[in-house]
Amino acid sequence: MIDVLYFAWVRERIGLPRERIETSAATVNDLIAELSAREERYALAFSDLSSLRVALDQELADFDAPLAGVREVAFFPPMTGG
Amino acid sequence: MRIAVQSEAFDMGAEANRFAAAVQGAGAIVTFTGIVRDSASGDLDVMEIEHYPGMTERALTTIATEAMARWSLADCLVIHRYGRLRATDPIMMVATASRHRAAAFAAAEFLMDYLKSRAPFWKKEITRQGADWVAARDEDEAALKRW
Repeated sequence: MIDVLYFAWVRERIGLPRERIETSAATVNDLIAELSAREERYALAFSDLSSLRVALDQELADFDAPLAGVREVAFFPPMTGG
Repeated sequence: MRIAVQSEAFDMGAEANRFAAAVQGAGAIVTFTGIVRDSASGDLDVMEIEHYPGMTERALTTIATEAMARWSLADCLVIHRYGRLRATDPIMMVATASRHRAAAFAAAEFLMDYLKSRAPFWKKEITRQGADWVAARDEDEAALKRW
């Protein structure tokens, strides 16, 4: 089981802030493919990866990063702090 | 070093005084305060700031720890708000203290550059026309290269 979190417009597009899912995805890219295949709203949210960022266990990561041992995956747009 | 992620308003003068009173062995203090800018059309109702609880504190601590080490700071402070803010409200503040001013200025700029694009905050402008997520700017990402 893995916790998947969504923030900002990714959360709005998918329609929920977090969910717990059962997955055998090996990498972030695999997880994205799996989610996108589920429903249109996921496919839409993940349609342009250049406008997305991912964090694994609260550290920024790359889309080809492995998911082994990861408990929390978060998807969000580029950050706008400050 | 103090990191505060909060919805409550803060008093920049009081924060600067408290920071200065606690600092030891410094000859310079630099403070920067970011305030909510009105929308381009001047009709900002609310600026909503979302963040990633947990990761936000971690990211700010990592950034501040790096600044402390790199510029041998005497102390450093980062405050960042989330929630619903209005035009002119202070959003965030950094303060740095060092023996000489160059390090305090550089560390404050470094903290600001990293906060902009490496701390998990997202801003949404709500105006009479509707609501829009503020897009990240390429210049902010490019600014990181100088460090």
